[in-house]
Amino acid sequence: MKLPDAEQLLVELAEKIRPLIQGKVALVGIHSGGAWLAERLKEILDGDVPLGALDISFYRDDFEQRGLHPQVKPSHIPFEVEDCHIILIDDVLYTGRTIRGAMNELFDYGRPAKITLAVLIDRGGRQMPVEAQIVGTRCELEAHQSLELLRDDSGKFSLKLHENL
Amino acid sequence: MPQNPQLNKNGELQHLLSIEGLSKDILRHILDTAESFTGVSEREVKKVPLLRGKTVCNIFFENSTRTRTTFEIAAKRLSADVVSLNVNSSSQSKGETILDTVDNLTAMHSDMFVVRHSQSGAAHFIARHVAPHIHVINAGDGRHAHPTQGLLDVFTIRRYKPDMHNLRVAIVGDLLHSRVARSEIHALTTLGVPEVRVIAPKTLLPENVDRMGVQVYHDMREGLKGVDVVMMLRLQNERMSGALLSSAQEYFKCYGLTQEKLALAKPDAIVMHPGPMNRGVEIDSAVADGAQSVILPQVTYGIAVRMAVMSILAGNTE
Repeated sequence: MKLPDAEQLLVELAEKIRPLIQGKVALVGIHSGGAWLAERLKEILDGDVPLGALDISFYRDDFEQRGLHPQVKPSHIPFEVEDCHIILIDDVLYTGRTIRGAMNELFDYGRPAKITLAVLIDRGGRQMPVEAQIVGTRCELEAHQSLELLRDDSGKFSLKLHENL
Repeated sequence: MPQNPQLNKNGELQHLLSIEGLSKDILRHILDTAESFTGVSEREVKKVPLLRGKTVCNIFFENSTRTRTTFEIAAKRLSADVVSLNVNSSSQSKGETILDTVDNLTAMHSDMFVVRHSQSGAAHFIARHVAPHIHVINAGDGRHAHPTQGLLDVFTIRRYKPDMHNLRVAIVGDLLHSRVARSEIHALTTLGVPEVRVIAPKTLLPENVDRMGVQVYHDMREGLKGVDVVMMLRLQNERMSGALLSSAQEYFKCYGLTQEKLALAKPDAIVMHPGPMNRGVEIDSAVADGAQSVILPQVTYGIAVRMAVMSILAGNTE
């Protein structure tokens, strides 16, 4: 299958997010792909919008089966979450479990006024009642396939399809 | 070669009994994970749900305030239920054996034991005995090891001096009775610190200490020259038997850390102490409370390091 151009999708995603950048608002990316996207979105949209990153390793619902992720990165939320509109950013939306973990973690920083979910790609296959308000593009993938966002040395994004047979 | 009793069959950490025998990768994983946990303690809600529904038992056959409290706080910040027992004041004084105590706590569905005991090897003994789903952490056994203290010490060093491959570290004081020093030496050498010095009178050094890859100094002024880190040890009066020392005053004169002696180390050297401190015996108050002291940050980091150890163990089940 032909994969979409990640750089093009990023620009389109930014334009969909732009009208929401007003008042007490912040971008929060989920490690690692979502955090990369959030950094670039901040550059494209408004250099002053607060930026945060979440590593949801401590909130995963499969810790019991899989243990702790070998590379946990620190979550970093350098602004007040209380009463803030959080635009939560991830690369690929699949089961919805990551988003559940991210929302649980966000609430341990404070009570946000609102959370909007923005994703580069919605690949279907939801196991939780979670939907993104802002979507770069949608595509249907088989359960054995996975989509990975890559970032090269110059910071340019691309997508890679894995067949986990 | 016999399998390391701390590792499961996948080579993952099942128990933390001693730093000896652990790879650089495992130590780094613990320190990197602890880095992420430092942020949790600074948030509005200082808790993560990793150990929700688990029961952690602190079994202290020997007294401790700081270690027990920080383990308790660490477990609670991971959302575990915590029970702390001072066994010397309960069943053991009525004649119950260690394994009976452990079996009883297992029957109460405990998932993790944090053990301190005055006998070296006590935590190993318990780890060999428990069911495969249970994890054991050594919180100090006799003169043998105190791995979480060693880990929090290297974590503190790494925070202040990130380039571990370019450091001179001096450990000063009662190495003979110190399980902390043994754990520190193993952690520092495994992580690639090129020069570890030990400074002590001959009577307070274990035999064959030079085989641990350290340089031995008896003159403190000589040993402190140019070091980046000064790790003081507590003079362990309660473990002292016989005439190892002339007097506390004499000891302070030769091996107590004063501003004047600290000036021989690098100007940006940090001063550490595992606590509890004997002020005026191994360390002068002016140094303990001075600008170069990182003794209280050590306590704070101890919580993050213990959270990391507990969550890594809890995730590694055969």
